Amino acid sequence: MQTIDMETTALRDLNATLQAQAETTNQTTWEITNPKGSHAIAVGLDAPIDVTVKGSTGYYCAGMNKQATITVDGSAGPGVAENMMSGKVVITGDASQYAGATGNGGTLVIKGNASSRCGISMKGIDIIVHGNVGHMSAFMAQSGNLVVCGDAGDALGDSIYEARLFVRGSVKSLGADCIEKEMRPEHLTLLTDLLERGGCDAKPEEFKRYGSARELYHFKIDNAY
Amino acid sequence: MCGIVGLFLKDKALEPQLGSLLTAMLVTMTDRGPDSAGIAIYGEDNPAISKLTVQSDEPEQAFATLEKDLAAALGGAVHLRAKDTHAVLEVERGQLSAARALLTKIAPDIRVMATGDTVEIYKEVGLPKDVAARFDLASMSGTHGIGHTRMATESLVTTMGAHPFNTGPDQCLVHNGSLSNHNRLRRKLQREGVHIETENDTEVGAAYITWRIQNGATLGEALEGALNDLDGFFTFLVGTKDGFGVVRDPIACKPAVMAETDQYVAFGSEYRALVNLPGIEQARVWEPEPATVYFWSHQSPSTPTKKAA
Repeated sequence: MQTIDMETTALRDLNATLQAQAETTNQTTWEITNPKGSHAIAVGLDAPIDVTVKGSTGYYCAGMNKQATITVDGSAGPGVAENMMSGKVVITGDASQYAGATGNGGTLVIKGNASSRCGISMKGIDIIVHGNVGHMSAFMAQSGNLVVCGDAGDALGDSIYEARLFVRGSVKSLGADCIEKEMRPEHLTLLTDLLERGGCDAKPEEFKRYGSARELYHFKIDNAY
Repeated sequence: MCGIVGLFLKDKALEPQLGSLLTAMLVTMTDRGPDSAGIAIYGEDNPAISKLTVQSDEPEQAFATLEKDLAAALGGAVHLRAKDTHAVLEVERGQLSAARALLTKIAPDIRVMATGDTVEIYKEVGLPKDVAARFDLASMSGTHGIGHTRMATESLVTTMGAHPFNTGPDQCLVHNGSLSNHNRLRRKLQREGVHIETENDTEVGAAYITWRIQNGATLGEALEGALNDLDGFFTFLVGTKDGFGVVRDPIACKPAVMAETDQYVAFGSEYRALVNLPGIEQARVWEPEPATVYFWSHQSPSTPTKKAA
């Protein structure tokens, strides 16, 4: 295992080192110590390596990730795993606002709570939150899956396109054009897989599914102010 | 942007370190606000005295005979402690408003930064580390304090545009965000007779809270009122004689992180600001909810009050 201490290594050097790891690398396990809330840790990675950040991070940790598995052993600041393409990001604590924003693929697991705007404009990412999510989560979500084992805040799924939202607890309010939908067998199968990937022991039957009513796809004069 | 920090001590043993802990937090937030910096610190409550923190761009001249002049006009004891461009005037308790009124006559060019029994406010243009060094903030002790690093968006980079803003005796406010209805609200408050000095949006927010309290609201009610009457983005941190309060607008896009241990409650715009506090690894760390007023007080149990968004 390789260890990079942020007390003695500059952020740019750390990211350059991790970004330089090729598919064929044999240095597959990395540990980053003393993050102390720094911004933009482990961004732009593109190799199947395993990176663990020992402590809490600031803005934009694990952004633009491809292939890598990145674990934050603590809490993550705003914009964690933004625009992920593939791979996996795991936060053992809480995540701040807009976690997993605009993600195209991969899996984001948040073992604590996520703050507001979790999964905003998600485009194919799977997000599994063990706790609660804040207001405006999955705003304009286009594709992918958001699983919330706790409660969801105000305006869940506002202006949603085709993403699927699964919530076990209460939903404070649904956003415009977001409705509860029936849970069919294929959704239970999908959710079983998502929960397993997220390391959740919740039962799929305990969840409700929400998605788009598809009323905003075309202009309707009733929607104008 | 802008950076906010706050530290409320539960453990008296940490009080001598308040200034140094808060200064380190403030300097960490330099990236969020390199234009100006300020700090409000609540010191020992001496029941015999109250304090005015005043500022002058020409302190040597302005402060030379101020102690004597104010004492003569007031007919009571005055003690002046000068620190760079600021000075703390200690007067007998009960003479605060008289002293303030006399200052506008005997020293009209002097700006009053703070009044109260325990609060002192220091703020200037410049990098947070330089501002902190000018006032030797790190050596100060106290029970709690709040600080601000400013990246100016709404008005000029001046001393008077720096935070914290004094909103009443022993009350002050720092702000991260920008208010969009401050011009209209400023005109409204001015019609009500409220004195507002600058074009700054936060000063209007502070004046709003002062005005609400003068009209009988509690600080908590004034902050809840702010959620209705202020349009724009804000995370406010409000200092009082007893403690501090936090409120975020319903959208809550301006960041806020809190940490609590048996020894303290700390606030930072980012977790980075908190990482060097003692025992932070074991602290409960969380984000304050939007549209919710939180208070921590030495006098009464802490209460978050949820306000409908």
